[in-house]
Amino acid sequence: MTANDGRDAERAKLFEVTSAELSVDEVVGRLADPGVGAVSAFVGVVRGVTDGREVSYLEYEAYPEMAEQTLRQIGDEIRERWKTIREVAIVHRLGRLEIGERSVVIALSAAHRQETFGAVRYAIDRLKEIVPIWKKEVWADGGAKWRSEE
Amino acid sequence: MKVTVKFFAALREAVGKTEIEQELPPGATVQDLLNLLTQEHPVLSRYVSYINVAVNRKYVDLQTTLRQGDEVACLPPVGGG
Repeated sequence: MTANDGRDAERAKLFEVTSAELSVDEVVGRLADPGVGAVSAFVGVVRGVTDGREVSYLEYEAYPEMAEQTLRQIGDEIRERWKTIREVAIVHRLGRLEIGERSVVIALSAAHRQETFGAVRYAIDRLKEIVPIWKKEVWADGGAKWRSEE
Repeated sequence: MKVTVKFFAALREAVGKTEIEQELPPGATVQDLLNLLTQEHPVLSRYVSYINVAVNRKYVDLQTTLRQGDEVACLPPVGGG
């Protein structure tokens, strides 16, 4: 294994879909680097009510290989657009999620805070637009619906 | 030639399969494949105008020519987060 293989393997962990519970601290920890002076994060949480209807739980599904590749693409777009952003990590959870659980954690680092806020917003907007992940709402009354951004 | 077709979310439930092997004439495009799939699974006609297609994990347009062994994914509108 060459040094470059090692770096690529390390980098791959920054963009992940997983059935494991998400920890904000753990994802932020993936960005550790002495040059970092600021980290901004976005955390998606499963909401118990949608359009006035009580949600029982959500079921997330992905095209995993393409999802991770597309998350990495978003990271590349961000670092192209905001040169001050050092690193991006995006981890999305799959499977059945209960109300209040974390569905996605996005964290990005920079030497200084200024540009991190806009970049976080870009990351979540772009994720909802291009990453092949779907969620099914299962309602308390027994109905269910696959939901996309309308 | 043969391609692998993957279905996700609402499409997976509609077709009742996660993946199929599809025989196609040489030179067939993504549009040709969708037409064929809709004939074989009429339930897809409800979704076909919303489907995005990825070939080998990259989004493509309907005019893209398919090749032997391609992995073609039929993706309903995404909605993670």
